[in-house]
Amino acid sequence: MYFVIAGGGEVGFHLAKALLEAGHEIMVIESDRRRAQFIEENLGSVVLNAPADEGRFQVEAGCQRADAVIAVTGEDPANLVICQLAKWKSKVPRVIARVNDPKNEIVFKALGIDETISSTRVLMSVIEQELPSSGFLPLMPLTGSHLELIEAEIGPNGPSAGKTVHALGLPRGTAVGGVVRNGSVLHADEDLRLEVGDRLVILAPTKDEAEVRKALAG
Amino acid sequence: MKIVIVGCGRVGSFLAGLLDSGGHDVTVIDLERVSFKYLPASFKGTTLLGNGTDLEVQRQAGIDKTDALFALTQGDNRNLMAAQVAKEIFGVKHVICKVNDPIRANTYRQHGIVTVSRTSILGTLLEAMLMGDPEVGKVLVEKARANEAELAGA
Repeated sequence: MYFVIAGGGEVGFHLAKALLEAGHEIMVIESDRRRAQFIEENLGSVVLNAPADEGRFQVEAGCQRADAVIAVTGEDPANLVICQLAKWKSKVPRVIARVNDPKNEIVFKALGIDETISSTRVLMSVIEQELPSSGFLPLMPLTGSHLELIEAEIGPNGPSAGKTVHALGLPRGTAVGGVVRNGSVLHADEDLRLEVGDRLVILAPTKDEAEVRKALAG
Repeated sequence: MKIVIVGCGRVGSFLAGLLDSGGHDVTVIDLERVSFKYLPASFKGTTLLGNGTDLEVQRQAGIDKTDALFALTQGDNRNLMAAQVAKEIFGVKHVICKVNDPIRANTYRQHGIVTVSRTSILGTLLEAMLMGDPEVGKVLVEKARANEAELAGA
């Protein structure tokens, strides 16, 4: 496949390297001359030394035939504009944006960029999964939607033990997919009463994560 | 009207001064406190320190009650993001965005964002002045000069 990577910083460089090693064709667009030179010396003639947020350089990089454009600069506004131009001007079928400020995931989705990667959020979820005391684990965002998968354990001191699923008062648009109790799966009926140690698998709108967390973990 | 201006550089502060003396409720947002020094001494509006592309900062500026937002920072991309957040997420009715790159200005205009490129406007005006075609900028230049005189006298 052919991928255009906008931004040749640490993320862009290592992404380019990995995609090349996986046998893909790539082009990196990098505006800094010395950085572009560094990439060329290390990865070969796969760099266009130009600003990626201008349509004509996206065309020069061959975006019209790209399977995806991946914007990984350190600036969220640049990543947004790069992806929008790639969609509008070059009709790229798939655009992926790095968001540096996790709050901007929602913004990008509202503005038509469905696939975002927040390095901050990835790090946060890795750290949260390592912390046994927190019974609330955002597992992963669901690609192509504004939803995410959450695992939550009912703790002894939380507000949810002894309540029914209905009484949790989860925000609208949230679904409890199932309850794991002693290793087996229970159907998450509205009147199922939750016990300490139950683990819930929940689908929730990303924007409501804080509310879901509050309902389950306090 | 309640008006939010993102970016308090030369253009932002000039416009803030005009609208403020015209009796409007103006909030100016900038990343750097020193930028607010460009505002005229008579400015009675609000200054807000923060990133104008940020949802929370726009909320703090009272975006839900705002009639118009101008995105006037030095960065085209920042302006385009601030403008789209205001228009698409908060539904602000009048959003005008400064985009110096004329090609990007054109592209986003085709996608419903009102963009103004000082590159093409000033370039077109200068060419007309040289070619002795005064009609092109007559009203604009006269108004601008009157505003300059008022600013210099104040």
